[in-house]
Amino acid sequence: MASRINVALAGNPNCGKTTLFNRITGQNGYVGNWPGVTVEKKEAPLSSDKDVRITDLPGIYSLSPYSPEERVSRDYLMSGEPDVVVDIVDATNLERNLYLTLQVIETGVPVVVALNMADLVEKSGDKIDTAKLSRELGAPVVMISALKGTGVDELFRVVRAEAAKAGAAPAHRFDAAIESVLGDLEALLPSSVPQAKRRYFAVKLFERDEIARGSLSLAAKNAEAAEKLIAACEADCDDDAESIITGERYALIAHIMDACVKKAPARMSTSEKIDRIVTNRILGLPIFLVIMFGVYFLATSSGAFGTAGTDWVNDNLFGEGFELFGMAFPSVPDAVSGWLTAAGASPLVSSLVIDGIVAGVGAVLGFIPQMVVLFVLLSFLEDCGYMARVAFVMDRVFRRFGLSGKSFIPMLVSTGCGVPGVLATKTIENEKDRRMTVMTTTFIPCGAKLPIIALLMGALAGSADAPWISPLFYFLGVVAVIVSGIMLKKTKLFAGRPTPFVMELPNYHFPAIRSWVLHVWERVSAYIKKAFTIIFASTVVVWFLSNFGTASWEGGNGAFGFLPAMAGVPEEFTDYSVLAMLGSAIAWIFAPLGFDTWQATAMSITGLVAKENVVATASSLLHIADGTEADPELWHAFAAMFPTMGATAAFGAFNLLCAPCFAAMGTIRAQMNSGKWTAIAIGYECAFAWVVGLMINQFYLLSQGVVSIWTIVAIVFAALMLFQLFRPMPKGAFEDEPTVAAAAA
Amino acid sequence: MKTLKDVPVGGSATVAKLHGEGALRRHLMDMGLIKGTPVSVRKVAPLGDPIELTVRGYELSIRKEEAANVEVL
Repeated sequence: MASRINVALAGNPNCGKTTLFNRITGQNGYVGNWPGVTVEKKEAPLSSDKDVRITDLPGIYSLSPYSPEERVSRDYLMSGEPDVVVDIVDATNLERNLYLTLQVIETGVPVVVALNMADLVEKSGDKIDTAKLSRELGAPVVMISALKGTGVDELFRVVRAEAAKAGAAPAHRFDAAIESVLGDLEALLPSSVPQAKRRYFAVKLFERDEIARGSLSLAAKNAEAAEKLIAACEADCDDDAESIITGERYALIAHIMDACVKKAPARMSTSEKIDRIVTNRILGLPIFLVIMFGVYFLATSSGAFGTAGTDWVNDNLFGEGFELFGMAFPSVPDAVSGWLTAAGASPLVSSLVIDGIVAGVGAVLGFIPQMVVLFVLLSFLEDCGYMARVAFVMDRVFRRFGLSGKSFIPMLVSTGCGVPGVLATKTIENEKDRRMTVMTTTFIPCGAKLPIIALLMGALAGSADAPWISPLFYFLGVVAVIVSGIMLKKTKLFAGRPTPFVMELPNYHFPAIRSWVLHVWERVSAYIKKAFTIIFASTVVVWFLSNFGTASWEGGNGAFGFLPAMAGVPEEFTDYSVLAMLGSAIAWIFAPLGFDTWQATAMSITGLVAKENVVATASSLLHIADGTEADPELWHAFAAMFPTMGATAAFGAFNLLCAPCFAAMGTIRAQMNSGKWTAIAIGYECAFAWVVGLMINQFYLLSQGVVSIWTIVAIVFAALMLFQLFRPMPKGAFEDEPTVAAAAA
Repeated sequence: MKTLKDVPVGGSATVAKLHGEGALRRHLMDMGLIKGTPVSVRKVAPLGDPIELTVRGYELSIRKEEAANVEVL
């Protein structure tokens, strides 16, 4: 019998669910979103048997109606699609994990309990009687180690056996008084509710779960009778219905724990010892700063590992060529151009391949070594449990501007690349916080913006040693995040109670090399994919824009075509390109910011495609052959484009803050899972960048005694921003949104 | 009313009642903070907030603001 089996993976965050999913599927599945929410949905066939389909549910603690993660999980479990649920339980944290297990069992879908990290429990001296646990829960229990892969075959043997069975109502029972009320409630349910699901709905009805009740279409008479039963029970127990059920579940778990677990005498765990130092009241912050400094030193400082790799790629692989074991290798562009010549390619094709594709993709690939080092370190900190402590240490800072400590991790990742940075927001539970973090995280300068900063540094200070300028632009990014957080929090879009910060601090553990590598690969590959898809396509577009145009120079025939191949073309042909026309057409937008030359506008356009392009575009539009951000000649030509230093700084601010590259915008779209929110995010970023640029330019002009209508506009904007920043939280903003009621309706 | 916010670092208490309503209250309950649960306050973050608790054998971090919703004995 080879019928298809749908298996859902359920479990608490940090229970090893992702490790197990990656191990059993080989990670070649579909990753998307659950309908209508920004919760990630992962699906893949089992590597050893394609007929078994695994759906990874989000990590949750309960099946309450309050969070989108919990709603999608229970909707999926109740949908009838999964044949079996594998509930992964962290055996080192059995008591709290079983709380979800009981609820999953109540859904009436056959459940197999996978007791993960059982080896760690045995090491600690505790004993878990799995046979007894299985009897108590009324579901098979299998010991596994997701990390080492032990027990996984056995797990799926049991899963197959369970899949053949029909679902059944749970076997576990609460206190007799509560059971009698639940029994009465079950009798009130419509007869259309199948036997296996009646218990689930009775409990949900008792909890006054609006969504579950809404899906029942209970007769008015029965609804009234149910409410009477619940109210009477609440009066008897002197507690509210939700608390009663939660209390019953934990009481049952305490009973199960007594029966099945023999605890060894408690000792201070290694995790506690580490934590005593790392989150110490006095040492906590300094330790955090030292670790972060170490991470960035290793990844980006000159001479360190990451930068050495990046320089090698840029200078040798895509520059002069290199020597390996005494053999000389040509650089990629040289090699490709050699092949093209040998193949007799036309100048059009050569130009497209060398100046368009190889140069564009090369600019992106150059960042990979740096990116790998950064992500190896950050992913380690995340997987070993330190990042949860960072959120703990930093929460006080972030809540002040409407975010939580958890928003810090995406921002750290964004210093490498915004694409994995935006992806990292998925660990933030609250939807509003997640959206706000997605909107603001790309204000942080990413690796690709560093050359722009270096170019600005040269143009503004005229030398490479003006160490104060580069931190200034980082500072600008951080301030942009803070200011945006405070302002947006007071708008209708984000208004609401500050999100509670209730977070488990998982035990420290050395991450499994396999999942660590996967984690790094997930991020680096997001970046590489960007290089070969979006950047690849867009460099072709940029190449087209800057190489095609009309022969409108003196003596030109006015024809449209490939400029470098035209007769009598001037060396500075980009001046006649489509890019120049496009730049001139929209340059007026930037006139108040002080940079209305078509070159500066064109640089911003190519920056929108990929920030890696900006310096290269500057070099080609300013006719400085092979100009890099370290080339004083390019600095001067670049600075000469702008009438004042204020305009130069405004250009920098606009380009660093405006919508990120196409790839990051695509990621924002995927993460927001909504066209409207994507438009809001990108629109906000661009508008904010424009206003900041305007203020920088106009206030600089004002300091020079130049006043215009735009000075007033800038002052108005500044006043509005200050007002939004310092006004108190608008009235009514603290009323919780009626999300539960709305979803039920 | 004594709440979890008032328990000093290193001290322990037993949960008496959860105040507040909606998502936060349910979330605290789901994390195991219910009537009769023993809790100990382990430490406070370097900037004074949030605090770290041990409850049901694991470490839970909550803000003082949320701790003020947990009445203790």
